[in-house]
Amino acid sequence: MGSNEDIELLKDGERLDGRSFDELREINIEAGVLKRADGSAYIEWGKNKLMAAVYGPREMHPRHAQETTKAVVRARYNMAAFSVPDRKRPGPDRRSIEISKLMSEALEKVVFTEKYPRSVIDVFVEVLQASAGTRCAGLTVASVALADAGIPMSDLVAGCASGKIEGQVVLDLGKNEDNYGQADVPIGYIPRTEELCLLQMDGNLTIEEYEKAMELSIDACEEIYEEQREALKNKYSTELDKDQIEELEEEVE
Amino acid sequence: MKEILSNITKDYLYRLLKEGKRIDGRDLMEYRDLTIEPDFANSAEGSARVKLGETDVIVGVKMEVGEPFPDTPNQGVLTTAAELIPMASPEYESGPPGEDATELARVVDRGIRESDAVDTTKLCIEEGEKAWVVFIDIHVLDFDGNLFDAAGIGAMTALIDAEVPASEFDEAEEEEDYPLPIEHVVVPTTFTKIKDQIILDSQLEEEKIADARLTVSFNEEDEIVAMQKGLRGVFKYEDTLECIEKAKDIGEEMREKVLDEVERENI
Repeated sequence: MGSNEDIELLKDGERLDGRSFDELREINIEAGVLKRADGSAYIEWGKNKLMAAVYGPREMHPRHAQETTKAVVRARYNMAAFSVPDRKRPGPDRRSIEISKLMSEALEKVVFTEKYPRSVIDVFVEVLQASAGTRCAGLTVASVALADAGIPMSDLVAGCASGKIEGQVVLDLGKNEDNYGQADVPIGYIPRTEELCLLQMDGNLTIEEYEKAMELSIDACEEIYEEQREALKNKYSTELDKDQIEELEEEVE
Repeated sequence: MKEILSNITKDYLYRLLKEGKRIDGRDLMEYRDLTIEPDFANSAEGSARVKLGETDVIVGVKMEVGEPFPDTPNQGVLTTAAELIPMASPEYESGPPGEDATELARVVDRGIRESDAVDTTKLCIEEGEKAWVVFIDIHVLDFDGNLFDAAGIGAMTALIDAEVPASEFDEAEEEEDYPLPIEHVVVPTTFTKIKDQIILDSQLEEEKIADARLTVSFNEEDEIVAMQKGLRGVFKYEDTLECIEKAKDIGEEMREKVLDEVERENI
């Protein structure tokens, strides 16, 4: 954070990509994009492209990792070697290990794990193209994939980050804003219960700035939540023709 | 191997917490005794042993001349690693660091690096070619809860204690050792949520029934410089604000404690 102060992030008080301070990048989510997985989803968030797949509930291996009273949600966040400007060496690094852990914990909160003792629900999140905010995009797309897999859940999780650039608190940091900004606060939010299941922060913020950042992120999460529900509706709703509607109405009577 | 906490102990802990009490008699927002012993290992450039209740952690700082990262050619390099060695708990196993050790190292690292606690620009020897590489190694000896604070305070103390070993390296192009350039003194404060109760500085049994954890690091300018929520539970936004306010006060106390223990001027 703040490693290069020469980089300009605001011009005439405006963000370089033209967004307002409380504006998200464009988000598109599609549910059910893979054949073999039990559930899947794809998200484009600005220039980010991520895919999530869910397998399970299935038998937990290794067996010593089984929980006798509930299922384990095991998320794996992985970046494709070609997803970043300098090739990333394949395989888990410390950053992905940490993100995988936090994502597992955040998603487990909304899954009714007690329904599937001794099993595992595997969530694979692949970053295909990265442009800041991949953990939040990953959390967002993973919960759509869980729902697509028909896993009983209390709610979806929406993820989003706010941060600080040139002293200004803004929503959803873009790539340069993330690299050269002063702070970044990613959250995972459960809209129905208004709870935070993921919260991290680095950089520097006063308490007032933290409050402002959280306000922006929580509002944005509500917006993202709508996108998530829309993606699921798009896949699972069917249009009824006139005859079908009449038939249903007769049945009701 | 996973240790099991008996239901009777769990129920006892829950019942106590409901009444606002704790198993060791502390208040909910009370820290355990903290002792900081700087310069524990002379073989290190800087070190500290921190005891937080029965939790015992040693942090060592070693330095050598290496190459700066290509994207920060005018800065030295800071890197943090943590080892949860089998000595510290029957639950720890030997082998490469698991996800718990990785999270611990990364949270301590973020508190120090992203907050610019160390002025890494002063650790560059020749732009793009030579710079000091600072290794912070966290060694847990005895695990009785709240590793995040013990390790974070230990790392900060060890850094303040550290001398750049310029005289030992020809490449350093300097004759005399000098203190590591410290810009900010950053300390973490960790809260644990058990059911609806939030407590400070959890010990082992409390951690075993913990639902969620929140670490907040402050610098001396009352700025939040790092946060991390952990475990499967959740926090309400309002809860995080309360924790932040408390962390500011506790952080100030701990910072004074660190500075009292390390003999060093100009901070």
